[in-house]
Amino acid sequence: MTPTYYLLLSALLFTIGAVGVLVRRNAVVVFMCVELMLNAVNLSLVTFGRINGEIDGQVMAFFVMVVAAAEVVVGLAIIMAIFRTRRSASIDDTNLLKY
Amino acid sequence: MTPMTPTTPLLAQATAEATVSTGEAIAFWILGPLALAGALGMVFARNAVHSALWLVLTMLTLGLLYLAQQAQFLGFTQIIVYTGAIMMLFLFVLMLAGRDSSDSVVEVLRGQRLAGALLGVGVAGLFATAMARGLADVTPAAPLDPWSPEGGGAGGLGRVIFGDYLFPFELTAALLITAAMGGMVLSFTTRHGKGGRKTQRELVEARFRGEYERPSPKPGPGVFATANSVATPALLPDGSVAPESLSELIENTSAARLEEQRRQVAGDVPKPDAHALVAPDESEEGKGK
Repeated sequence: MTPTYYLLLSALLFTIGAVGVLVRRNAVVVFMCVELMLNAVNLSLVTFGRINGEIDGQVMAFFVMVVAAAEVVVGLAIIMAIFRTRRSASIDDTNLLKY
Repeated sequence: MTPMTPTTPLLAQATAEATVSTGEAIAFWILGPLALAGALGMVFARNAVHSALWLVLTMLTLGLLYLAQQAQFLGFTQIIVYTGAIMMLFLFVLMLAGRDSSDSVVEVLRGQRLAGALLGVGVAGLFATAMARGLADVTPAAPLDPWSPEGGGAGGLGRVIFGDYLFPFELTAALLITAAMGGMVLSFTTRHGKGGRKTQRELVEARFRGEYERPSPKPGPGVFATANSVATPALLPDGSVAPESLSELIENTSAARLEEQRRQVAGDVPKPDAHALVAPDESEEGKGK
Protein backbone atom coordinates (compact mmCIF):
# COMPACT_ATOMS: atom_id res chain seq x y z
CA MET A 1 0.00 0.00 0.00
CA THR A 2 1.01 3.64 -0.42
CA PRO A 3 0.19 6.72 1.71
CA THR A 4 -2.39 7.56 -0.96
CA TYR A 5 -4.77 5.17 0.80
CA TYR A 6 -4.86 7.56 3.74
CA LEU A 7 -5.97 10.30 1.35
CA LEU A 8 -8.70 8.06 -0.05
CA LEU A 9 -9.90 7.33 3.49
CA SER A 10 -9.87 11.05 4.25
CA ALA A 11 -11.85 11.81 1.08
CA LEU A 12 -14.45 9.19 2.04
CA LEU A 13 -14.75 10.57 5.57
CA PHE A 14 -15.10 14.11 4.20
CA THR A 15 -17.84 12.96 1.83
CA ILE A 16 -19.73 11.15 4.58
CA GLY A 17 -19.54 14.30 6.69
CA ALA A 18 -20.81 16.46 3.83
CA VAL A 19 -23.72 14.11 3.16
CA GLY A 20 -24.51 14.12 6.87
CA VAL A 21 -24.66 17.94 6.88
CA LEU A 22 -27.12 17.81 4.00
CA VAL A 23 -29.28 14.97 5.31
CA ARG A 24 -29.53 15.27 9.09
CA ARG A 25 -32.02 17.63 10.72
CA ASN A 26 -30.72 17.89 14.28
CA ALA A 27 -28.47 20.95 14.66
CA VAL A 28 -26.06 19.19 17.01
CA VAL A 29 -25.69 16.22 14.64
CA VAL A 30 -25.11 18.61 11.72
CA PHE A 31 -22.39 20.20 13.80
CA MET A 32 -20.82 16.81 14.49
CA CYS A 33 -20.75 16.15 10.74
CA VAL A 34 -18.82 19.43 10.29
CA GLU A 35 -16.37 18.17 12.90
CA LEU A 36 -15.97 14.95 10.93
CA MET A 37 -15.15 16.98 7.80
CA LEU A 38 -12.51 18.94 9.75
CA ASN A 39 -11.02 15.68 11.00
CA ALA A 40 -10.90 14.25 7.49
CA VAL A 41 -9.01 17.31 6.28
CA ASN A 42 -6.64 16.92 9.24
CA LEU A 43 -5.87 13.37 8.17
CA SER A 44 -5.12 14.51 4.63
CA LEU A 45 -2.88 17.34 5.94
CA VAL A 46 -0.88 14.89 8.04
CA THR A 47 -0.61 12.49 5.10
CA PHE A 48 0.51 15.22 2.70
CA GLY A 49 3.17 16.26 5.20
CA ARG A 50 4.29 12.67 5.46
CA ILE A 51 4.45 12.24 1.67
CA ASN A 52 6.60 15.37 1.40
CA GLY A 53 8.74 14.43 4.39
CA GLU A 54 7.93 17.76 6.08
CA ILE A 55 6.44 18.49 9.48
CA ASP A 56 4.46 21.54 8.27
CA GLY A 57 1.41 19.41 7.51
CA GLN A 58 1.22 18.40 11.15
CA VAL A 59 1.51 22.03 12.23
CA MET A 60 -1.42 22.96 9.98
CA ALA A 61 -3.48 20.09 11.39
CA PHE A 62 -2.60 21.42 14.83
CA PHE A 63 -3.95 24.87 13.92
CA VAL A 64 -7.09 23.30 12.46
CA MET A 65 -7.62 21.60 15.82
CA VAL A 66 -7.35 24.95 17.62
CA VAL A 67 -9.82 26.56 15.22
CA ALA A 68 -12.17 23.58 15.65
CA ALA A 69 -12.09 23.95 19.43
CA ALA A 70 -12.97 27.65 19.17
CA GLU A 71 -15.66 26.90 16.59
CA VAL A 72 -17.24 24.23 18.78
CA VAL A 73 -17.48 26.59 21.75
CA VAL A 74 -19.23 29.34 19.77
CA GLY A 75 -21.38 26.97 17.69
CA LEU A 76 -22.68 25.00 20.63
CA ALA A 77 -23.40 28.25 22.51
CA ILE A 78 -25.44 29.42 19.49
CA ILE A 79 -27.31 26.10 19.40
CA MET A 80 -28.06 26.39 23.11
CA ALA A 81 -29.24 30.01 22.68
CA ILE A 82 -31.57 28.95 19.86
CA PHE A 83 -32.77 25.98 21.89
CA ARG A 84 -33.54 28.25 24.83
CA THR A 85 -35.81 30.52 22.79
CA ARG A 86 -37.33 28.01 20.34
CA ARG A 87 -37.33 24.90 22.58
CA SER A 88 -36.06 22.91 19.60
CA ALA A 89 -32.71 21.84 18.20
CA SER A 90 -34.11 20.98 14.78
CA ILE A 91 -32.82 23.12 11.94
CA ASP A 92 -36.22 22.96 10.24
CA ASP A 93 -37.68 25.09 13.03
CA THR A 94 -34.97 27.71 12.82
CA ASN A 95 -35.93 30.29 10.22
CA LEU A 96 -35.09 33.53 12.02
CA LEU A 97 -31.84 34.82 13.45
CA LYS A 98 -33.64 36.57 16.28
CA TYR A 99 -36.44 35.36 18.60
CA MET B 1 -9.33 9.34 -21.11
CA THR B 2 -5.71 8.38 -20.57
CA PRO B 3 -4.91 5.40 -18.43
CA MET B 4 -3.96 6.22 -14.85
CA THR B 5 -0.83 4.06 -14.70
CA PRO B 6 2.39 5.94 -13.94
CA THR B 7 5.25 5.95 -16.39
CA THR B 8 7.39 3.59 -14.33
CA PRO B 9 4.83 1.65 -12.38
CA LEU B 10 7.10 -1.02 -10.99
CA LEU B 11 9.76 1.36 -9.72
CA ALA B 12 7.29 3.79 -8.16
CA GLN B 13 5.42 0.93 -6.56
CA ALA B 14 8.59 -0.53 -5.10
CA THR B 15 9.75 2.73 -3.49
CA ALA B 16 6.29 3.44 -2.18
CA GLU B 17 6.10 0.00 -0.61
CA ALA B 18 9.37 0.69 1.14
CA THR B 19 8.00 3.77 2.94
CA VAL B 20 4.98 1.98 4.39
CA SER B 21 5.95 -0.80 6.73
CA THR B 22 3.91 -3.98 7.03
CA GLY B 23 2.84 -3.11 10.55
CA GLU B 24 1.52 0.25 9.40
CA ALA B 25 -0.36 -1.40 6.53
CA ILE B 26 -1.99 -3.86 8.95
CA ALA B 27 -2.90 -0.99 11.28
CA PHE B 28 -4.38 0.95 8.39
CA TRP B 29 -6.53 -1.92 7.15
CA ILE B 30 -7.90 -2.44 10.65
CA LEU B 31 -8.34 1.22 11.61
CA GLY B 32 -9.53 2.56 8.24
CA PRO B 33 -12.71 0.42 8.10
CA LEU B 34 -13.34 1.23 11.77
CA ALA B 35 -13.16 4.96 11.02
CA LEU B 36 -15.51 4.53 8.06
CA ALA B 37 -17.92 2.48 10.18
CA GLY B 38 -17.92 5.19 12.82
CA ALA B 39 -18.62 7.90 10.26
CA LEU B 40 -21.44 5.92 8.63
CA GLY B 41 -22.89 5.07 12.04
CA MET B 42 -22.89 8.74 12.95
CA VAL B 43 -24.85 9.71 9.85
CA PHE B 44 -27.32 6.83 10.05
CA ALA B 45 -27.95 6.62 13.81
CA ARG B 46 -31.40 7.99 14.67
CA ASN B 47 -30.49 8.90 18.22
CA ALA B 48 -28.18 11.91 18.47
CA VAL B 49 -26.32 10.47 21.46
CA HIS B 50 -25.55 7.32 19.45
CA SER B 51 -24.29 9.59 16.67
CA ALA B 52 -21.92 11.29 19.10
CA LEU B 53 -20.58 7.93 20.32
CA TRP B 54 -20.01 6.74 16.74
CA LEU B 55 -18.10 9.96 16.07
CA VAL B 56 -15.96 9.26 19.15
CA LEU B 57 -15.00 5.94 17.54
CA THR B 58 -13.98 7.69 14.32
CA MET B 59 -11.92 10.30 16.15
CA LEU B 60 -10.14 7.68 18.25
CA THR B 61 -9.20 5.67 15.15
CA LEU B 62 -8.03 8.86 13.42
CA GLY B 63 -5.78 9.56 16.41
CA LEU B 64 -4.33 6.05 16.10
CA LEU B 65 -3.81 6.61 12.36
CA TYR B 66 -1.78 9.73 13.19
CA LEU B 67 0.30 7.60 15.53
CA ALA B 68 0.79 5.09 12.74
CA GLN B 69 2.06 7.91 10.51
CA GLN B 70 4.76 8.89 13.03
CA ALA B 71 2.81 11.96 14.20
CA GLN B 72 2.84 11.03 17.87
CA PHE B 73 2.15 14.43 19.40
CA LEU B 74 -0.73 15.13 17.03
CA GLY B 75 -2.19 11.67 17.65
CA PHE B 76 -2.33 12.14 21.39
CA THR B 77 -3.61 15.70 20.98
CA GLN B 78 -6.37 14.32 18.77
CA ILE B 79 -7.38 11.79 21.40
CA ILE B 80 -7.21 14.26 24.29
CA VAL B 81 -8.68 17.34 22.62
CA TYR B 82 -11.23 15.80 20.30
CA THR B 83 -12.53 12.72 22.09
CA GLY B 84 -11.74 14.05 25.54
CA ALA B 85 -12.90 17.66 25.35
CA ILE B 86 -14.88 18.43 22.20
CA MET B 87 -17.00 15.27 22.08
CA MET B 88 -17.77 15.52 25.80
CA LEU B 89 -18.91 19.10 25.16
CA PHE B 90 -21.17 17.74 22.42
CA LEU B 91 -22.59 15.15 24.79
CA PHE B 92 -23.25 17.82 27.42
CA VAL B 93 -25.18 19.94 24.92
CA LEU B 94 -27.09 16.88 23.70
CA MET B 95 -28.12 16.09 27.25
CA LEU B 96 -29.15 19.72 27.88
CA ALA B 97 -31.02 20.10 24.59
CA GLY B 98 -32.02 16.46 24.56
CA ARG B 99 -35.76 16.92 24.37
CA ASP B 100 -35.87 16.21 20.64
CA SER B 101 -32.56 14.44 20.43
CA SER B 102 -33.92 11.90 17.94
CA ASP B 103 -34.29 13.04 14.37
CA SER B 104 -37.63 13.30 12.64
CA VAL B 105 -38.16 10.80 9.84
CA VAL B 106 -40.24 13.25 7.81
CA GLU B 107 -38.53 14.61 4.73
CA VAL B 108 -39.28 18.32 4.56
CA LEU B 109 -37.83 18.83 1.09
CA ARG B 110 -38.92 16.16 -1.35
CA GLY B 111 -36.06 13.97 -2.54
CA GLN B 112 -33.47 15.80 -0.45
CA ARG B 113 -31.92 12.65 0.98
CA LEU B 114 -31.59 11.03 -2.43
CA ALA B 115 -30.06 14.20 -3.86
CA GLY B 116 -27.65 14.39 -0.91
CA ALA B 117 -26.59 10.77 -1.37
CA LEU B 118 -26.06 11.26 -5.13
CA LEU B 119 -24.03 14.40 -4.43
CA GLY B 120 -21.94 12.46 -1.92
CA VAL B 121 -21.19 9.71 -4.42
CA GLY B 122 -20.23 12.36 -7.00
CA VAL B 123 -17.93 14.22 -4.59
CA ALA B 124 -16.28 10.98 -3.46
CA GLY B 125 -15.67 9.94 -7.07
CA LEU B 126 -14.25 13.37 -7.88
CA PHE B 127 -11.86 13.30 -4.92
CA ALA B 128 -10.79 9.71 -5.54
CA THR B 129 -10.05 10.16 -9.25
CA ALA B 130 -8.34 13.51 -8.70
CA MET B 131 -6.05 12.04 -6.08
CA ALA B 132 -5.39 8.81 -7.92
CA ARG B 133 -4.35 10.78 -11.02
CA GLY B 134 -2.50 13.53 -9.17
CA LEU B 135 -0.50 11.24 -6.90
CA ALA B 136 0.25 8.45 -9.37
CA ASP B 137 3.79 9.67 -10.09
CA VAL B 138 4.59 10.93 -6.60
CA THR B 139 7.20 9.02 -4.67
CA PRO B 140 6.57 9.41 -0.95
CA ALA B 141 9.46 10.56 1.17
CA ALA B 142 10.79 8.42 3.98
CA PRO B 143 8.79 8.88 7.18
CA LEU B 144 10.16 11.32 9.72
CA ASP B 145 12.07 9.92 12.63
CA PRO B 146 10.04 10.91 15.72
CA TRP B 147 13.09 10.78 17.98
CA SER B 148 15.13 13.28 15.97
CA PRO B 149 14.73 16.99 16.82
CA GLU B 150 13.14 17.60 13.40
CA GLY B 151 10.77 14.62 13.63
CA GLY B 152 7.07 14.35 14.37
CA GLY B 153 7.44 14.29 18.14
CA ALA B 154 6.61 17.15 20.47
CA GLY B 155 10.15 18.55 20.14
CA GLY B 156 10.12 18.82 16.36
CA LEU B 157 6.59 20.22 16.33
CA GLY B 158 7.42 22.80 18.99
CA ARG B 159 10.54 23.87 17.08
CA VAL B 160 8.41 24.66 14.01
CA ILE B 161 5.44 26.19 15.86
CA PHE B 162 7.59 28.56 17.93
CA GLY B 163 9.84 29.33 15.00
CA ASP B 164 8.30 29.56 11.55
CA TYR B 165 4.69 29.64 12.75
CA LEU B 166 5.09 31.94 15.74
CA PHE B 167 2.78 34.69 14.47
CA PRO B 168 -0.12 32.33 13.56
CA PHE B 169 0.38 30.70 16.93
CA GLU B 170 -0.03 34.08 18.64
CA LEU B 171 -3.14 34.69 16.55
CA THR B 172 -4.69 31.46 17.85
CA ALA B 173 -4.45 32.93 21.35
CA ALA B 174 -6.59 35.88 20.21
CA LEU B 175 -8.97 33.43 18.52
CA LEU B 176 -9.37 31.32 21.65
CA ILE B 177 -10.00 34.37 23.84
CA THR B 178 -12.58 35.67 21.36
CA ALA B 179 -14.26 32.27 21.30
CA ALA B 180 -14.40 32.13 25.09
CA MET B 181 -15.92 35.63 25.19
CA GLY B 182 -18.42 34.67 22.49
CA GLY B 183 -19.43 31.55 24.38
CA MET B 184 -19.99 33.57 27.54
CA VAL B 185 -22.00 36.27 25.74
CA LEU B 186 -24.21 33.76 23.93
CA SER B 187 -24.93 31.58 26.94
CA PHE B 188 -25.50 34.46 29.35
CA THR B 189 -29.08 34.96 30.52
CA THR B 190 -30.01 38.03 32.45
CA ARG B 191 -32.50 37.82 35.28
CA HIS B 192 -34.05 41.16 34.45
CA GLY B 193 -34.18 40.96 30.68
CA LYS B 194 -37.07 39.79 28.58
CA GLY B 195 -37.59 36.08 29.05
CA GLY B 196 -35.05 36.04 31.84
CA ARG B 197 -35.30 33.91 34.93
CA LYS B 198 -37.97 34.82 37.44
CA THR B 199 -37.38 35.09 41.14
CA GLN B 200 -39.02 32.55 43.40
CA ARG B 201 -41.62 35.10 44.55
CA GLU B 202 -42.56 36.10 40.99
CA LEU B 203 -42.86 32.43 40.08
CA VAL B 204 -45.21 31.67 42.99
CA GLU B 205 -47.40 34.68 42.20
CA ALA B 206 -47.53 33.76 38.54
CA ARG B 207 -48.50 30.21 39.47
CA PHE B 208 -51.39 31.35 41.63
CA ARG B 209 -52.55 33.77 38.95
CA GLY B 210 -52.95 30.69 36.80
CA GLU B 211 -50.21 31.40 34.28
CA TYR B 212 -48.94 27.84 34.70
CA GLU B 213 -50.78 24.55 34.44
CA ARG B 214 -50.86 23.91 38.17
CA PRO B 215 -50.08 25.97 41.29
CA SER B 216 -47.92 23.33 42.91
CA PRO B 217 -44.72 21.79 41.60
CA LYS B 218 -45.05 18.62 39.59
CA PRO B 219 -45.03 15.38 41.62
CA GLY B 220 -41.58 13.94 41.89
CA PRO B 221 -40.66 10.42 40.85
CA GLY B 222 -40.62 7.49 43.25
CA VAL B 223 -43.46 5.69 45.01
CA PHE B 224 -43.54 7.20 48.50
CA ALA B 225 -39.86 6.56 49.08
CA THR B 226 -40.00 2.93 47.98
CA ALA B 227 -37.91 3.92 44.96
CA ASN B 228 -35.92 7.01 44.11
CA SER B 229 -35.39 6.25 40.43
CA VAL B 230 -36.53 8.88 37.93
CA ALA B 231 -38.01 6.01 35.94
CA THR B 232 -40.47 5.15 38.71
CA PRO B 233 -43.58 7.31 38.41
CA ALA B 234 -45.35 8.81 41.40
CA LEU B 235 -48.64 7.21 42.48
CA LEU B 236 -51.79 9.10 43.31
CA PRO B 237 -53.75 8.19 46.51
CA ASP B 238 -56.00 5.78 44.62
CA GLY B 239 -53.01 3.87 43.33
CA SER B 240 -53.06 5.15 39.77
CA VAL B 241 -49.95 6.59 38.12
CA ALA B 242 -49.65 10.39 38.24
CA PRO B 243 -49.23 11.36 34.59
CA GLU B 244 -47.24 14.54 35.39
CA SER B 245 -44.49 12.50 37.03
CA LEU B 246 -43.78 10.45 33.89
CA SER B 247 -40.48 11.39 32.31
CA GLU B 248 -40.53 12.36 28.65
CA LEU B 249 -36.93 11.38 28.07
CA ILE B 250 -36.47 7.94 29.54
CA GLU B 251 -38.45 4.74 29.54
CA ASN B 252 -40.57 4.55 32.66
CA THR B 253 -41.06 1.54 34.86
CA SER B 254 -43.94 -0.48 33.50
CA ALA B 255 -47.21 -0.38 35.41
CA ALA B 256 -47.22 -4.17 35.89
CA ARG B 257 -44.10 -4.04 38.02
CA LEU B 258 -45.69 -1.40 40.25
CA GLU B 259 -48.77 -3.54 40.96
CA GLU B 260 -47.87 -4.46 44.54
CA GLN B 261 -46.98 -0.90 45.51
CA ARG B 262 -50.14 0.40 43.85
CA ARG B 263 -52.25 -1.89 45.98
CA GLN B 264 -50.38 -0.79 49.10
CA VAL B 265 -50.90 2.89 48.30
CA ALA B 266 -54.57 2.36 47.50
CA GLY B 267 -55.09 0.65 50.88
CA ASP B 268 -56.29 -2.71 49.46
CA VAL B 269 -53.60 -4.46 51.46
CA PRO B 270 -53.35 -4.07 55.27
CA LYS B 271 -50.43 -1.91 56.34
CA PRO B 272 -47.45 -3.56 58.02
CA ASP B 273 -47.92 -3.93 61.78
CA ALA B 274 -46.54 -0.76 63.37
CA HIS B 275 -45.92 -2.57 66.70
CA ALA B 276 -43.89 -5.36 65.17
CA LEU B 277 -40.21 -4.99 66.02
CA VAL B 278 -39.04 -6.84 62.95
CA ALA B 279 -40.40 -6.11 59.52
CA PRO B 280 -42.20 -9.11 58.02
CA ASP B 281 -40.70 -10.92 55.05
CA GLU B 282 -41.24 -9.43 51.63
CA SER B 283 -43.02 -12.56 50.44
CA GLU B 284 -45.51 -12.60 53.33
CA GLU B 285 -46.19 -8.90 52.95
CA GLY B 286 -46.92 -9.35 49.28
CA LYS B 287 -49.57 -11.99 49.97
CA GLY B 288 -51.50 -9.62 52.24
CA LYS B 289 -51.80 -11.76 55.36
